[in-house]
Amino acid sequence: MKILVPVKRVIDYNVKPRVKSDGSGVDLANVKMSMNPFDEIAVEEAIRLKEAGKAEEIVAVSVGPAKAQETLRTALAMGADRAILVQTDDEVEPLAVAKILAKIAEEEAPKLIITGKQAIDDDSNQTGQMTAALLGWGQGTFANTVDVDGDAIEVKREIDGGLQTVKLSLPAVVTTDLRLNEPRYASLPNIMKAKKKPLDEKTPADYGVDTAPRLTTTNVSEPPVRQAGEKVEDVDALVAKLKAAGAI
Amino acid sequence: MKTLVYVEHDNAEMKDATLAVVTAASKLGEVHALVCGSGCAAVADQAAKVDGVSTVHLADDASLANQLAENVAPLVASLMESHDAFLAPATTTGKNIAPRVAALLDVMQISDILSVEDENTFTRPIYAGNAIATVQSSDAKKVITVRGTAFDKAAAEGGSAAVEGVTGAGESGLSTFVSEEIAKSERPELTSAKIIVSGGRALGSSEKFEEVITPLADKLGAGIGASRAAVDAGYVPNDYQVGQTGKIVAPEVYIAIGISGAIQHLAGMKDSKTIVAINKDEDAPIFQIADIGLVADLFDAVPELTGKV
Ligand SMILES: Cc1cc2nc3c(=O)[nH]c(=O)nc-3n(C[C@H](O)[C@H](O)[C@H](O)COP(=O)(O)OP(=O)(O)OC[C@H]3O[C@@H](n4cnc5c(N)ncnc54)[C@H](O)[C@@H]3O)c2cc1C
Repeated sequence: MKILVPVKRVIDYNVKPRVKSDGSGVDLANVKMSMNPFDEIAVEEAIRLKEAGKAEEIVAVSVGPAKAQETLRTALAMGADRAILVQTDDEVEPLAVAKILAKIAEEEAPKLIITGKQAIDDDSNQTGQMTAALLGWGQGTFANTVDVDGDAIEVKREIDGGLQTVKLSLPAVVTTDLRLNEPRYASLPNIMKAKKKPLDEKTPADYGVDTAPRLTTTNVSEPPVRQAGEKVEDVDALVAKLKAAGAI
Repeated sequence: MKTLVYVEHDNAEMKDATLAVVTAASKLGEVHALVCGSGCAAVADQAAKVDGVSTVHLADDASLANQLAENVAPLVASLMESHDAFLAPATTTGKNIAPRVAALLDVMQISDILSVEDENTFTRPIYAGNAIATVQSSDAKKVITVRGTAFDKAAAEGGSAAVEGVTGAGESGLSTFVSEEIAKSERPELTSAKIIVSGGRALGSSEKFEEVITPLADKLGAGIGASRAAVDAGYVPNDYQVGQTGKIVAPEVYIAIGISGAIQHLAGMKDSKTIVAINKDEDAPIFQIADIGLVADLFDAVPELTGKV
């Protein structure tokens, strides 16, 4: 089977985001960008399914600026077979990304789409579920473990009360949670090889998708800052403080 | 505006998360509640008593027993023909279902709202809560998930809504429920606990976590949380994780023990009223937001603290 893995270029998770003083957004100039960590987990899971003989081909897709090529090259270096960049400099909302992914899925006919559960920039947590809805496929969100068995996939999901297992008929969409796997680093030879792997360039218009945003961000501000309190000398002082604060 | 609130429940009891959503919805207009489940009439009765709810739609059907998004979303989408906004709690249930509804309605969802500014305008956290965006929706219908800690809870008593039966779309045939591992515990749930004791990587093992963190939590009647590192290492189950991609909590007191304070962790607890940090590294970032900090080895300090509270 073929697996489609969407990947997003986002601020690196180690960088502390800074809000621009004019309230127009978060300053991304000269900031380290990386693949969304949940998408790395998605790429890794696809590769593991391929290594286990359960998948033949992995296609990585990114909707984003020209620089998202780097993100796709990372996916290729990890082990994806080919890539599609749907290039646009506009900010594309999850709904429009899902529409593009659904169109690509109609062309490529994958049995499985593995997405990250959320991107760490907009924290929306929508794209996988929306893609599944548009395609009329089942969805296994927040996956902790997946098990492909013939024409079905069992997904153990991380939910608020613990874990839930569902069985989906294929094709289906899976979204990754943190415990699904630990993504590999691409080796130097694989990074070199990735440069020669095919990368198709498309635009949203090629898929007939209107990416005009439905949400307008009118302002981006800093959250209220918390001041550091004080350090106490010992446990007795801590207990006294807690009592004084009415905390215990 | 007529709103439809998704009631979070386990077929027996309505969950508290619902109450904050009712508050958010009441800022938009008339509040209807939707109970999807199987054998869940008792939940509908509870929802009918919530202050501010005017109608409860009860979809009681075997196909809805586990609230699979594939079965629930078409039902919600059809109810949205006569409602203007769908609001669900930003729990794993709400996050699973709402985007599926939004796509069926061709609406861009507004995730995890912190406030309702007007009918079309909301604030929401982005970048792990390091920025707050004000967003304006141009969609005719709204699909929204609500951050529970950002809204007061509506009173669970006082209302007397009518309960109306609605029929679901039945089995989608796309997914089936297999099993669930839900830990039953007497401990307060993280999202409603008044005090949370949270442990990090420094605990070193599940045995040590149990030995050091649990007695303090027991003594304080607290919920137990953890950092991602502690969950990844298997000290505690996944549902203990507090943070950007885990649970968002805002208790009266949050005690972070052996947790460094990565932005992803802070995203989940920085709205707690009083934050206490115990860490042996005086430069740990957690101290930058802690109200009370103790630089100490947790293996000495925590048992001592347990003895003294
Ligand atoms: C995509 C993504 C999502 C994430 N989501 C989350 C999330 O939701 N929640 C979350 O928590 N993390 C999340 N993380 C992980 C986060 O970046 C940190 O790695 C994690 O929070 C670190 O956990 P920790 O503080 O327990 O461990 P560490 O950072 O290793 O800190 C351990 C601390 O313990 C202290 N210590 C060690 N020994 C002792 C001792 N004997 N006594 C006292 N103190 C001691 C050390 O000084 C240190 O400060 C996410 C990361 C990514 C990439």
